[in-house]
Amino acid sequence: MSFIAKPKITHPGMPKNSLGLTAREYEGTMSTLCAGCGHDSITAAITQAVFELAIPPERIAKMSGIGCSSKTTAYFVGKAHGINTVHGRMPAVATGANVANRELYYIGVSGDGDTLSIGLGQFAHTIRRNLDMLYVIENNGVYGLTKGQFSASADLGSKAKRGEVNSFAPIDPVLFGMSLGASFVARSFSGDKAQLVPLLKAGLMHEGFALIDVISPCVTFNDHEGSTKSYAYTRKYSTQVVSADYVPRAAAISVSYEPGTVVSVDMHDGSHLLLHKVAADYDPTDRSKALGYLQEHRARGEIVTGLLFIDETRPDFHGITNTTSIPLVNLPMEKLIPGDAELKALQKDYA
Amino acid sequence: MQEAQPSRVNDFVLKLANVNGTGSASANGLLMKAIFRMGVPVMGKNFFPSNIQGLPTWYEIRVSKEGYVSRSGFVDLMVAMNAETYAKDVKEVRAGGYLIYDSTWPRDKSLAREGVTVFGIPLAKLCNESFPVARTRILMKNVAYVGALAALVDIDVAIIEQLLREEFAAKPKLVDSNLQAIKLGYDYAKQHFPCPLPLRLEKMNRTAGHIMIDGNTAAALGCLYAGATVGAWYPITPSTSLMDAFKMFCETYRKDPETGQRNFCIVQAEDELAAIGMVIGANWAGARAFTPTSGPGISLMNEFLGFGYYAEIPSVIFDVQRTGPSTGMPTRTQQCDLMLCAYASHGDTRHVCLYPSNPEECFYMAVEAFDLAEELQTPVFVMSDIDIGMNDWMCRELRWNDGYRPSRGKVLSREQIMALKGPLQRFLDVDGDGITYRTLPGVHAKGAYFTRGSGHAKSGKYTEDEVEYQEVVDRLLVKWETAKKMVPTPILTGSGRNKLGILSLGSCDGAVREAADQLARRGLQFDYLRVRAFPFGTDVQSFLDSHERVFVVEQNRDAQLLGLLKLETMVDPQKLTSIRQYSGLPIDCRCIVDGVTRTLKKVVAA
Repeated sequence: MSFIAKPKITHPGMPKNSLGLTAREYEGTMSTLCAGCGHDSITAAITQAVFELAIPPERIAKMSGIGCSSKTTAYFVGKAHGINTVHGRMPAVATGANVANRELYYIGVSGDGDTLSIGLGQFAHTIRRNLDMLYVIENNGVYGLTKGQFSASADLGSKAKRGEVNSFAPIDPVLFGMSLGASFVARSFSGDKAQLVPLLKAGLMHEGFALIDVISPCVTFNDHEGSTKSYAYTRKYSTQVVSADYVPRAAAISVSYEPGTVVSVDMHDGSHLLLHKVAADYDPTDRSKALGYLQEHRARGEIVTGLLFIDETRPDFHGITNTTSIPLVNLPMEKLIPGDAELKALQKDYA
Repeated sequence: MQEAQPSRVNDFVLKLANVNGTGSASANGLLMKAIFRMGVPVMGKNFFPSNIQGLPTWYEIRVSKEGYVSRSGFVDLMVAMNAETYAKDVKEVRAGGYLIYDSTWPRDKSLAREGVTVFGIPLAKLCNESFPVARTRILMKNVAYVGALAALVDIDVAIIEQLLREEFAAKPKLVDSNLQAIKLGYDYAKQHFPCPLPLRLEKMNRTAGHIMIDGNTAAALGCLYAGATVGAWYPITPSTSLMDAFKMFCETYRKDPETGQRNFCIVQAEDELAAIGMVIGANWAGARAFTPTSGPGISLMNEFLGFGYYAEIPSVIFDVQRTGPSTGMPTRTQQCDLMLCAYASHGDTRHVCLYPSNPEECFYMAVEAFDLAEELQTPVFVMSDIDIGMNDWMCRELRWNDGYRPSRGKVLSREQIMALKGPLQRFLDVDGDGITYRTLPGVHAKGAYFTRGSGHAKSGKYTEDEVEYQEVVDRLLVKWETAKKMVPTPILTGSGRNKLGILSLGSCDGAVREAADQLARRGLQFDYLRVRAFPFGTDVQSFLDSHERVFVVEQNRDAQLLGLLKLETMVDPQKLTSIRQYSGLPIDCRCIVDGVTRTLKKVVAA
C-alpha cells in the first residue's frame, strides 16, 4: 500500500463529462491494498464507468461487507455515501437502503468469501428479489486478510501458496446466480478494463440485480503456479463469448458488426446495449442454453467471460411489491400519518 | 353436600380447557367481548400450544369489578372440554367452584372432586342433532358452551347476538347457526341447573372509553402513526401478528388512491440477520424502519445491533419476549431478554430499551421508540411479551395529537450541508450531548461520508489510533448519559415515603398493583416504581436509595432486572429481594403477595 496522500490538483486539460466533472472527482481515498492487486483495477474501472455515465456522485451509494474487496468502496467516488457493513450482510443493508430510496445507484462490492461463504444466503435472496443494484464480486479464490485460506470459489485441485491442494468443489457465482433467476449476469477479469467498463455501465443501467463476477487475482496469496485464479491462468483460459457495448440514450449506434452477430437490448432508461456474439453458438437471452454452455465449458477448465445473461423484462423489487415511484424517504409525514379522526374511527372495531 | 356460596357478582375467574384447532379461540373471544360490552372489566389470557391442531389449550377469563386485569391465581369455573387434561383441570378449581364438561360421553372418574360442583352438558350430542356438517358440529360445541355460560353466569344474550352480527356481517347464515348453538346451550342450562349461579355478572359502566386490543396490533398502529415506511421481518411466534397488523393498516391507510401504489414496503427477509440489516439500511437511507421479533431473533441480530450502536444508525426492534432458553416454549410468556437486549453484541455496547406494560403503552412507546432511535442515532428496543403482545387487553382508548411531528434528530438538511465550512465531521460532538450530526445519502455530495463498523475517528475516517478510537467510544458514553434524560421516566405509585418498595416492569404491572392493594389491606404499605426504560435515570437511583427494602418483581429465572439494577445503579444489593415467576404463564398477584410475606416473616424472625 501507499501512504502518500493523493494530490488534489487536476490537469486543466482533463476531459469532463456532461456534468462538467472530471474523472478525478469520482475518485476516493488512496487504496491500502497490496501493489498489483486486481481489486485496484476494478476500482479504476468503476470510477471510469460512473464518470462516463455522468452519474451525480451524491446519487451513488456504495455498499460493502468485510474483506479486502469490501474496503475498496472507500477508494472510489469519495463524494458518495458509503457503508461498510458486517461480513456477508451487505445485501440486506443494500435492500433496506434501496427500499427506502429507490433513486440512488447502488454499487455493492463484495468478495468470494463475503458472497459465497458467510453471505451466500443473503446473496441468493437478493437475487430472488431482483433488487436494483450493481453487485460486483472481486473473486480471487482466497481469504486475503486472514492470510490465504481457500475460499468457496477456489477450484478443485487448485494449489495454495504453501502447497495445500483444495479438495472441495467450488461455488461458481455465475452458475449460482443464473440458476436463481438473476436478470443480469456477467463475468470479467480485472486485467481486462476494455471489457469490464462497458459491463459495469450496463450493470448500473440495468433495472434489477446486475451480477458481475470479476476474476481479480490476489498477488500476495493466489498468483502462483498451480492457482486457477492467477493472472497467468486467467489470461490463458478465459474466452469472451459476448462483448457488450453500452450506448447511452440519444447516442447514435456507430459500431458496425457482421449481420446476425449483434443483438440490441433496450434498457429501461432508453439506452441500449449492443451485444456482440463472439461465440456464434452462445445466446445471452436464453437462460437454459446459456447455463448448458457455461457448465460445459467450465468442465473443460475454461473461464467464459462477457455478458452471459440479460433479461430486461423482469420487474425489480419495487415493481414486484408495487412500491410508490416516489422514494419512500421523500414522502411527507402528513401523507403517512392518518391522524386522530382516523384513529378514533378505526377503534370502533375494538370496542 | 354443597355449601351455599356467597354471591360473587362481577368477581370471578372462568377457565376454558380446549383442544387447539377446534375453533375454541373465537368462542372464548366472544365470551370475553360480551362481558366487556356489559361494562364489566375483564381480562382474557390465552395459553396455547406451539401447534396447529390437537394439543391442549386454555383460555382464562377474569371478571373484576375492581378493574384488576391480571391473573388472580384462582379458577372459579372450569369448562373442561378436553378429556386429556380433565385431571389437571379439575384440580385447579377453587373449593366451592364449578366445572362443566361434555356429558355426551359417560363422566370420567377423574371429574370428581369434593367441594366442586360438576355440571354435565351433552354439547356434542346437542350439536350433532342440530348441525349436519361435521366441521360445524365441532365448532358449534364451543359456541354452545358460551350459550350455557350465558345462562349460568347471566351474560346478556342480546349482546352476544349483536357481537355475532358484527362478526359475521358478510355471512348472515353463520349468524343463524351460531345463534342456534347459543340457544342450545342456554336452554339446556336453564332447564337443568340453578341459573344464575352465585358467581354471575351484572351490567356496570366501567368499560366506557376503553377498547379491547392486543399489544402487537397496538404496536403496529404505533408504527403506522410514527410514520414508519419500511418493515423487515422473519416470521417468528409471537411477533408475527405485529407485522400482519402493520400490513393490514398499511393496506388501508398507505395506498395511493389513484395509482394503487404502496407508500410503504414490507420485506419478508430470509432470516433475522437480514431483517435487521434491512432495517439498518433503510434507516441509514433516512426512512423509519423497524423489525418485530422474539428472543431467538435477537440472538441472531446481535452482530448488526453492535454495528448499529457503533456506526450510530437508528433502528427500532420489537422484542415480543417468549420463554427461553433456546427454542424454549414459543407460545409461553417470559421477560427473559432483559439482559440480552440491554447489552446485545460483542464489545462495549449498551442499548436503549422501552418496557411497555400493556397494549396501550405499546402504541405510545412504538412512536416514542422511533423518535428516540433517530434522536439518539442508535438501536431502540420495545420489549413486550406474549402476554401483552398476543392477548386482548382492556385499555383506555388510544389518543392522537394531530400536532405531533416526528422528531428526526440531528440530520443536516441540504442547505445546512452546503453551508458546512470544511468536510463533514460525522462524529464530532458539537453540542456536548454526545449526539453528532448525520447526513443522508442522496442529499448533497458535500455531506458524503463513509459509514463503518471498524475503528473510526470523529471525522468518520478509518483509524487504529488509540487516541482517536477512544475519543469516539468515550463520546458514546456521553450520549448514553443524554439517553438517561430522554427515555420514558418510571412511574411511582404510593406516597414515596414508605420504607418498603416494589420495583417492577412491563406486564408485571397489573399483578403488582393488585398485590400492593392486598398487602395494604394486611397493613403493609408499599411504594411501587414501574421502570419504563433502560438506561435507568436518577428516579430509579433515588427510589432504591430511599427504601429500606425493595422487592424486584419480574418474569425470568435469573432475576435479570435485579441484575441490571446491580450493574447500572449504586444500590446496596443487600436490600434487594427478588420475586420471580417464570413458568411461562403470565404472572399472578398471588405469587407476589406470597413472596413478599414470606420474606418479611423471615426478616422479622431474624
